[in-house]
Amino acid sequence: MSTPVTSLDRETAAALGRRKNEPDWLVEWRAEAGDLAGRLELPKPEKMPLARWKLDVYGDYRPGRPVADPSELPAALTELLSDANAEALIVQHNSGVVLARLPDALKAKGVTLTSLEEAARSHARLFRDHFMVAYRRDEHKLAALHAALWNGGAFLYVPKGVEIEQPVQIVVFADDPAATVAPHILVIAEAGSRVTVVEHMYSALPEGADALLVNGAVEIFAKAGSHVRYASVHHMESAAVDIAYRRAVLGTDARVEWIVGDLHGGNLLSDLHSELEGQGSVTDIKVITVGTGSQRISLTTRARHVGKASESNMITRAVMLDEATSILTGVTKIEKGATKANGEQTERVLMLSPKARGDANPILLIDEDDVKAGHAASVGRVNEEQVYYLMSRGITRREAERLIIHGFLEPTVAEIPLEGLRDTLRRILERKLG
Amino acid sequence: MSALFEIRGLKVSVEGKEILTGVDLALKGGEVHAVMGPNGTGKSTLASAVMGHPKYEVTDGEVYLDGENVLEMSVDERARAGLFLAMQYPAEITGVTNADFLRSAINARRGEGNEISLIKFVRLMESKMKELDMNPEMMHRYLNEGFSGGEKKRNEILQMMMLEPRVVILDEIDSGLDIDAVKIVAAGVNAMRSPDRAFLIITHYQRILNYIRPDFVHVMMQGRIVKSGGPELAERLEAEGYDWIKEELGIVDETVGQV
Ligand SMILES: Nc1ncnc2c1ncn2[C@@H]1O[C@H](COP(=O)(O)OP(=O)(O)OP(=O)(O)O)[C@@H](O)[C@H]1O
Ligand SMILES: [Mg+2]
Repeated sequence: MSTPVTSLDRETAAALGRRKNEPDWLVEWRAEAGDLAGRLELPKPEKMPLARWKLDVYGDYRPGRPVADPSELPAALTELLSDANAEALIVQHNSGVVLARLPDALKAKGVTLTSLEEAARSHARLFRDHFMVAYRRDEHKLAALHAALWNGGAFLYVPKGVEIEQPVQIVVFADDPAATVAPHILVIAEAGSRVTVVEHMYSALPEGADALLVNGAVEIFAKAGSHVRYASVHHMESAAVDIAYRRAVLGTDARVEWIVGDLHGGNLLSDLHSELEGQGSVTDIKVITVGTGSQRISLTTRARHVGKASESNMITRAVMLDEATSILTGVTKIEKGATKANGEQTERVLMLSPKARGDANPILLIDEDDVKAGHAASVGRVNEEQVYYLMSRGITRREAERLIIHGFLEPTVAEIPLEGLRDTLRRILERKLG
Repeated sequence: MSALFEIRGLKVSVEGKEILTGVDLALKGGEVHAVMGPNGTGKSTLASAVMGHPKYEVTDGEVYLDGENVLEMSVDERARAGLFLAMQYPAEITGVTNADFLRSAINARRGEGNEISLIKFVRLMESKMKELDMNPEMMHRYLNEGFSGGEKKRNEILQMMMLEPRVVILDEIDSGLDIDAVKIVAAGVNAMRSPDRAFLIITHYQRILNYIRPDFVHVMMQGRIVKSGGPELAERLEAEGYDWIKEELGIVDETVGQV
């Protein structure tokens, strides 16, 4: 067993690539990223200093044991597997992908679902044209670290015009605090294709485990007229730090829906960006989060309008308990020339504890006159009129508040396109909201 | 026979302003009472104060349901004791479906261990919605969210029918309802009339009283009942307005709490 990486540089990154027998160009690419990681600064999310976050734990490359069937996966993993019968399924356990399967019918249509590590070999061209193009390794230190250390991951390729009915399930599971967990999920939806992806990240870390840094990223390339629905639910133990960068680039008339349940138990840096490049492209972004304990949550959603008549709609909702802090930032950026663009955003924070902190920052950056843009933001407590109404029907105050708080998050929960995961999500909320 | 529901000398303030200046009302089982009166005279305040809305402070008086002191109960206790208020402006609640809400309300009454089965509940709700000519889809919509004015009113009546209260207060249940809907809602109310249930109907219009024949009609001005009579009183109000009462009683400004 090698010793965990404690600092990162060019050579460590290159060594990681060589150890996995990666192609030379990828080894070199990792090396450059390792070099960048040593030089770049941490990102600077709004009002959330990262200085005291435990971000210098890189872990070691420790992949789980590959299996042929979901039944052979660790019990803690299968317990929360939303649909063990899923035909399109990929599972990452700690540093590596341990299971990937796709029905033959889809393979015959040219659909690919493999680990990203595998795709670097089998689909080098597509990989190099897309990997870390929307989320660049030189954005900041965490991006560079991700570029240097990424492992496992998923590569989903949907050819032109192919429509996939059943959701593709991606599972990331961590139970080894000494492992590097840095999944990168790359989705390429060619023109006119249609796919729903459900990503579920969770952990079963041993009691009293040291900090685990999960430095993950998602990139979606939705080509002309394609439609991608991407649901993501994260809930790891508080010992883990969750870094979740999610990016989408949309071609002409493409549509990307994000449905995100950022229900992680520890510190969370979540940054979601839809790049509306194509004319008439549309993105719909729904994010919920719940802060408990002394959690720090930075949650940014961003839509950048470049294409004419592009549309964005972002809704973020947070429930804050205990002494948790959350900063919700929504950025609608409309570039010059993006005429007839329409960007709407809403951030709402429900405060359930006097010691919690919640901040909503709507930001509109508009460089074009012929557009529509709107925002709404609020930070408040449970609405007494609503409590009164429910109580007037005999419901106790406690139950009334419970209904209202769960209802606040429910519209996003209801959109999760997989029943098993919706139920899991409701159970997590039940637990987190007490 | 003693009253099922009794209000004695009720005085209520909102934000330090006295709105109800002494209301007395007694409803016996089986009776329907109508309360009419110009805008801003305290009708909704009476309903809200009796239900226990936190904004309304009772400064004097008593309210009894079946001999029990209502004013000592919390809002949910009042409801479970059998009081029901169909509100003039029902709240909207995101993310809570009509069905989940009503099931919680029914189970709150039935108590733990005695919950209604899901199948039984759905059947009950479906049949009542049918009686009210409601779109079955409303069952799974979020509570009152995006409901039209008329849909909200029907939804209030649906709740009344499912919760089977003892004392029903309807605050302008007929406002915003089309002519057919008034009939449907009235039929729902009439179906519930029984010797051990009483109704207090707050309305501006005679129309609904054509369908739900009241036993008594009360007129409210200046935060109190200024005149009571039989159904003919409502008819006269519809025909002549309120001026004759004001003249009779020497009232210049009928509203209350205005500066
Ligand atoms: N929550 C409140 N806050 C402030 N003022 C109130 C409140 N509720 C009632 N009032 C005031 O009390 C007075 C009586 O209002 P109320 O709603 O009881 O009248 P109403 O008879 O029901 O009128 P309408 O026929 O228009 O429904 C009004 O002046 C009103 O502004
Ligand atoms: Mg009123």
